[in-house]
Amino acid sequence: MATYNLKINGKTQSVEADDDTPLLWVLRDHLDMVGTKYGCGIGQCGACTVHIDGNATRSCLLQAAQLEGKEITTIEGLSENGDHPVQQAWKEVDVPQCGYCQAGQIMTASAFLDKNPNPNTEEIKSAMHANICRCGAYNRIQKAVAIASEKNS
Amino acid sequence: MSTLIPSKFSRRGFLRTSTLASGGMLIGFNLFNACKPKAEMPVDISKLNYNDFNAFIKISDEGMVTIFSPNPEIGQGVKTSMPMLIAEELDVPWEHVNVVQGELDTENYTRQLAGGSQSIRKGWEPLRQTGATARQMLVNAAAARWGVDASECTASKGVITNAKGETLGYGDVVKEAAMLEIPENVSLKDPKDFTVIGQDAINVDIDKIVTGKPLFGLDYKTEGMVYASVLRPPAFGKVLASYDDTAARAVPGVIDVVKIGAKLNAIAEKNWTIQMGSSEKVVVIAKTTWQAIKGKKALQATWTDDSTLESTEYQDKKLFEILDGDEFTTKREDGDVKKAFAEADEVIERTYESPFLPHNCMEPMNFYANVTAEKVHLVGPIQTPERTAEMVAAMLGRDLKEVKLEMTRMGGGFGRRLYSDFVMEAAEIADAIKKPVKMVSTREDDMTTGVYRPSIKYRIKAGVKNGEITSYHLKEAAINVNMYGLIPHFFPAGCIPNYKVDVGNYKSNVTTGAWRAPYTNFLSFAEQSFFDEIAEITEKDPVQLRLDLLQKVKGTTDEKIQYSAERMEDVINLVVEKSGLKTPKDGVYQGFCAYYCHNTHVAQVADVVLENNQPVVKKVHVAVDCGVVVNPTGALNQIEGGVVDGVGHGMYGDFKFKDGMPESNNYNSYRLIRMKEAPEVETHFVKNTLAPTGLGEPTLPPAMAAISIAITKATGGRMYKQPFIKNMPKKEVIG
Repeated sequence: MATYNLKINGKTQSVEADDDTPLLWVLRDHLDMVGTKYGCGIGQCGACTVHIDGNATRSCLLQAAQLEGKEITTIEGLSENGDHPVQQAWKEVDVPQCGYCQAGQIMTASAFLDKNPNPNTEEIKSAMHANICRCGAYNRIQKAVAIASEKNS
Repeated sequence: MSTLIPSKFSRRGFLRTSTLASGGMLIGFNLFNACKPKAEMPVDISKLNYNDFNAFIKISDEGMVTIFSPNPEIGQGVKTSMPMLIAEELDVPWEHVNVVQGELDTENYTRQLAGGSQSIRKGWEPLRQTGATARQMLVNAAAARWGVDASECTASKGVITNAKGETLGYGDVVKEAAMLEIPENVSLKDPKDFTVIGQDAINVDIDKIVTGKPLFGLDYKTEGMVYASVLRPPAFGKVLASYDDTAARAVPGVIDVVKIGAKLNAIAEKNWTIQMGSSEKVVVIAKTTWQAIKGKKALQATWTDDSTLESTEYQDKKLFEILDGDEFTTKREDGDVKKAFAEADEVIERTYESPFLPHNCMEPMNFYANVTAEKVHLVGPIQTPERTAEMVAAMLGRDLKEVKLEMTRMGGGFGRRLYSDFVMEAAEIADAIKKPVKMVSTREDDMTTGVYRPSIKYRIKAGVKNGEITSYHLKEAAINVNMYGLIPHFFPAGCIPNYKVDVGNYKSNVTTGAWRAPYTNFLSFAEQSFFDEIAEITEKDPVQLRLDLLQKVKGTTDEKIQYSAERMEDVINLVVEKSGLKTPKDGVYQGFCAYYCHNTHVAQVADVVLENNQPVVKKVHVAVDCGVVVNPTGALNQIEGGVVDGVGHGMYGDFKFKDGMPESNNYNSYRLIRMKEAPEVETHFVKNTLAPTGLGEPTLPPAMAAISIAITKATGGRMYKQPFIKNMPKKEVIG
């Protein structure tokens, strides 16, 4: 057990956790930030995606010990009022079915659009390929990312 | 304009009202059973009595409407579409409606179950009747205040208007309305006057979903709650012999290690939803999820063989023995297939094979339980809350009234959450440790201790005489249970004079159960692919072959046949027109199918192209007749999801066993469809005013058929076995 100072959504939080605890469970169990979802635990599904220094990263594969001094952004901190262009686009397109994977999809999409603000369809598909949506809402995810990119520009 | 539709049931018996102490009117109603004579309406909004009522509508002094919706949400949008039916007839703007998930109590719940695409179909009439009755009471109250006859008043968008043009808002008259007698016959709207039904209503939970608010079972937490990770047998057929928890107890954060199973196993045989074998399990209790998972990994357990350790080869052998044998149960028999085969010009027989499939809900199985001397409190994602509460009460020897089960939003269901094994486990753990606890399955636990869609094999034989299909004999070999209900009476039953469906199964220790569109999810591919092959062999147009067959079932007096030839023709004609099937494009290979299941008629055409000589599914055109489309955006989402799910599992779904042990345990060894493999889905609705039918399932089965047929057109080879990716015909490259 050690104490880590993590900068999450712009706020430094002190967390006591075993040194091998994945960021995913630090967020969910230690900090009660449950927007980041557990799906597979091995970096295959993308449900736990957060931003580390602006890069979409699987929080199930990162340990708290690796993260001091990094900027961590979770779905709860993506925007103050839930109005990030990607969140707006998700609502406009009415993307979710069960909704469980969507926080991870949104975090992947928002980091991607920061780096590539005007992607074509193939680039969107490639960027979102690593996030599983078991309900199969891929058509709408693709559309929402395209709409968000238009809102950005 | 409204039309007076005679009510099948007296609303008076189904609905009660009260004035809330905090202001506003409360309507409690039951959907399918009359209220108990002694059922009392609460006057405190925090004390909604779900023992006596299915659901409640609160109309505040400001005219805002809150619907306490009873149905669980697993992604099919019923939490949005069912309240729309009430709002339509109550005649309030959808923006004034708020929906709150009702918590469960156990008596009197008749339809608090999400499965089988039935929610919207069963709720269509009673939910509208309830809304219309409430509207009439508000109108009557306003009329009484004005001293005019209610027939001189109209209600629209939450405002009542009299002949002089004076208006009162719903909120202005709620107090009087709550005191009035409940009207017996009410008018329902003509579908052409709908203002809520047929308009897009965005998922009611969307703000919470896109901002990461707690919604799901895994997000639920209480003060002092601990976490449990369960070590279950590593293979079907093995049971716990002994265990050593020394290392597990040394893991930081581990609080306790307990053994469970005795209580569950004692009642397991009486309940169809529990088929989890007879093994005991070892449970690690810890302060956090991660510590519980680590503790479980540190457990040392030994297992003994209790029954056959099945491998996929063993299962295939057993299924072929059934198909090759003569021990079947006949589910339907018309004419004499044997005689017709003997007289046929040509007899065609094919065998189709499917693998096991896990559900893989994105939110793994989990449940919260707290068992105290006073009550049993359960919270989490379950599709069958009523039956689950009964089983937990039976298992723990508690009065059902002491069991309180609250439903959360569910991270997918697909049939898995019809089964209560994980809730029972959570309850047994909580009972053992006397602490509030959350049982959390890892993805590996979830995938390897599932309730799978069993492997199924079909052998279909058809006889053709003078160019007509005169006989059809389908044999099903399945594991544990066979197709059920009306499935043997679906198409082509009634279209072919000599027709027989025979089924057989063998009992396995692998737990099996319903999986999105049970049985038809694979049957559709086998049957529709078979008809496409008959068309090819007999040199007929595959669309015309279906249309010709459908002529023969028209006017049938067989009540078991529920599919409609006319509605099937409508979807076929629509998909042919919209997909350009009659005007093929170069390099695009199209596969057509038409299918009825779960009360909805669907036709699909899949477009496949060859990229590097490999078939790729680019697009699926879908025509659907689901009656009135209540919420178009939700309906389209279900249709698109069903198609993509069907394409994904048809192409990639594969789940094998080796000595009782699943060979896949996570997404690195089990392939689910991803973005780049998902085809574009284009949907067209048959427009009519018939009662709505469900959409959670019906588009999945035909998708598997449509893509297989299109791949055949592209490659010239036919597939008889799923997953398609492992049985893909190669395009012969000449020259």
